[in-house]
Amino acid sequence: MARDNLLTFTDKGIFCPEGGFYIDPWRPVDRALITHGHSDHARPGHNRYLSTDKAAPVIRARLGDITIDTIPYGETRAIGGVNVTFHPAGHVPGSAQIAVERGGEVWVVSGDYKVENDGLSEAFAPVPCHTFISECTFGLPLFRWQPQAAITADITDWWAKNRAEGRISIISAYSLGKAQRLMAMLGHQGPILTHGAVTHMTDILRDQGYNLPPTIHVTPDITHKTHPGALVVAPGSALGTPWAKRFGDAAEATASGWMALRGIRRRRGATTGFALSDHADWPGLNQAIRATGAERVFVTHGYTAPFRRWLSEQGYDAGIIETAYHGDDAQDPDFMLPEIPPGGAGGGQPPVATET
Amino acid sequence: MKRFAELFAALDTTTSTAARTKALAEYFRTAPEADRVWTVALLSGRRPKRVVNATELRNWAAEAAGLPLWLFEESYNVAGDLAETIALLLPPATTDADPTLDQALRQLIQLAGQPEPIRKQATLAAWAQLQGDARLLYTKLITGGFRMGVAQGLMTRALAQATGVEETTLAHRLMGDWKPETTGFHALIEGDGQQGARPYPFALASPLEAEPETLGPVTDWLAEWKWDGIRGQIIARPGAFAVWSRGEDLITDRFPEFAALADFLPPGTVIDGEILAWDGVAPLPFAALQTRITRKTVSKAQMAKAPAHILAYDLLEDAGEDIRQQPLAHRRARLATILAQIPPSLPLSLSPQITAQDWPELTAERAKARDKQAEGLMLKRLSSPYHQGRKRGDWWKWKLDPYAVDAVMLYAQAGHGRRANLYTDYTFAVRDGNDLVPFTKAYSGLTDAEFNQITAWVNRNTLERFGPVRRVKPELVFEIGFEGIQASPRHKSGLALRFPRMLRWRQDKALDQIDTLESLRALLAGTKP
Repeated sequence: MARDNLLTFTDKGIFCPEGGFYIDPWRPVDRALITHGHSDHARPGHNRYLSTDKAAPVIRARLGDITIDTIPYGETRAIGGVNVTFHPAGHVPGSAQIAVERGGEVWVVSGDYKVENDGLSEAFAPVPCHTFISECTFGLPLFRWQPQAAITADITDWWAKNRAEGRISIISAYSLGKAQRLMAMLGHQGPILTHGAVTHMTDILRDQGYNLPPTIHVTPDITHKTHPGALVVAPGSALGTPWAKRFGDAAEATASGWMALRGIRRRRGATTGFALSDHADWPGLNQAIRATGAERVFVTHGYTAPFRRWLSEQGYDAGIIETAYHGDDAQDPDFMLPEIPPGGAGGGQPPVATET
Repeated sequence: MKRFAELFAALDTTTSTAARTKALAEYFRTAPEADRVWTVALLSGRRPKRVVNATELRNWAAEAAGLPLWLFEESYNVAGDLAETIALLLPPATTDADPTLDQALRQLIQLAGQPEPIRKQATLAAWAQLQGDARLLYTKLITGGFRMGVAQGLMTRALAQATGVEETTLAHRLMGDWKPETTGFHALIEGDGQQGARPYPFALASPLEAEPETLGPVTDWLAEWKWDGIRGQIIARPGAFAVWSRGEDLITDRFPEFAALADFLPPGTVIDGEILAWDGVAPLPFAALQTRITRKTVSKAQMAKAPAHILAYDLLEDAGEDIRQQPLAHRRARLATILAQIPPSLPLSLSPQITAQDWPELTAERAKARDKQAEGLMLKRLSSPYHQGRKRGDWWKWKLDPYAVDAVMLYAQAGHGRRANLYTDYTFAVRDGNDLVPFTKAYSGLTDAEFNQITAWVNRNTLERFGPVRRVKPELVFEIGFEGIQASPRHKSGLALRFPRMLRWRQDKALDQIDTLESLRALLAGTKP
């Protein structure tokens, strides 16, 4: 039976025996297909990389001297005995789902995805397939996002209120994806200042031609006095540091899907939280899975145990793929996320640090 | 509910006392008057009785959300809060009605005692018209689990700012047995001129962390045992007799033996003291008193087994006159005079003063606290007034250092609310020969960073799951502190601890360095009178 499977699940990650490649492997392999540049998907140490042309610049910038080949969305390439196509995942600019086809049978690895079009990332498109491997970072019905326009209005109000009080607004967000999404949502309203980590990613995406409003890199001479009422976009790890003190009595907020939960919001010290996520929410996951027409679904990354059970009850042939991620190698200190959901939910892997 | 939800959001997103006070004062100025009364009631612990139990809420909410119950439970385990889980899982509101807090609560109270179909229909209807924080708050009010994290002092200050009534006067008026259903806002803050059985706000002490010598001459201070019972106030006014606990619960009926005091205390007497279980001459361990507090009505047998007694600390009202601003020395002398005139058979006596020539002598006295069933000493400045609430400088609690043992973590469970998703509640074991015997739980004493680190560790070292509880590899060692130890046939270890908490995560210690059951038993033997 295993011989028949287009993709298999190994201790290095998802493997295609006939193609001789891995998808987002977490240990060094010869040939790696990479869905996007977040550090739990694009890991160092592989011999050869393949990603979309849109994702490659970030991956290169993060991993340094690597051998990377690129492919446009929608173009099919034969690797070994299978055909591989990258499709937009809507997660961050350049992110992809990867479809693997052999003799008419299609498997799709979703990578990370969201179904709402954020206006910046290439919009998610469902790919008809027989077997769908779906992330489920937010695979519980607790998570239902507001439309982006409503969140934009909330953040706008918050920023305007702080500005009226003469305060700077600092919003913490993951430096690749979420940060630029915020700029695109808010950029026409006033000056946006960026922390170095955000500046770096933003410059790369801007050079690629993504339509981002002008932003100002925070240099030592920039403070709340030079830019009163500005919005600062910074990784979470920068909050509460000497770097952030230059902005005086600033208002702080966090933009993350986890902010939907009050307990997590309060643990971050009663700052304001905006539940803005680059992952699919519960309705989004269900809608995406239905749209593939798949009969078999494997879930990974997140609340895998309850989500698998839910899918089984909906009539899918559903399974779980364990990943190697644990809290410790949640590489990016950007975000302190809840580890495994308590109470037996989840299959042993935490929602990893790249949720944004 | 929207105005109330806005207040909640404003309080929830800031830790600044000034900003919180401002938000509350603004609310007390502008919200509908009936809503203000309810808000004062809720923030002073006067919550409506629960009319729907948690099982009903779960079932109704899962049904309304179209989700299987197991998925509701999984979601609850992640959110860590029943009301929040419900608020998030229910479909969006279908109408945009905005009942006032007063309307919502009156409707809720009327549901008490109604058959299930009526309560269910009303609850579903309320959910269907509320959104976001308003829905969360309404559900918290249904569950009886409403808390806003606002200290009563802060609420009183905000109310004083909004009304211009002086804070201490207001604090006294807000005490006691008033009901939000029948009290108007102006009657509440302006008072009705009647004292009735209303208690005074309790004076509270701060822990003494510095050396006692820093307090100046020992003769400036009154030292007495810090008893381990229930702090209470006895009100004996013409036509009114009441016993209040510090939590502002009226507990008169739980202690029938105190009723006789009404006949012997001079009219217009208010005494601050400690309620204890009493063996005739000295206090019994707290566990004996515990058999009395949990019950609304008390049997003859319980009264015989754990007779209650009050050791009096202070006199607040003397012959109908509020004497809280008089110096402690004066109040204490008046208290002694009054107590000397009542029959010695009554369950009320003066908490003895511990005298010493100097601090070293008093320090030596303090070391005897455990033999006296006390937690340490109280130090009160003889010239001080009876403060309202905690005011540093005049009242100190000078407790003994806690007992401490090193123990290993056996089980971990996620917390609730702010601690949802974090493993914060642990069960600990000591060694007994080759076995590990669980002997206590503890869930406080570590930093958020440590809880995060331990949560990651628990995720990697789970051996078994029992619902929300995880059995973990016995590896992490903690120093457990506690105030007392008692024999307990109900526990596997044969003992029960008083106020256990984690003093420290001993990352320097390994499993083979933890303490033994034998060493705990030795402590137990040492504490027997």
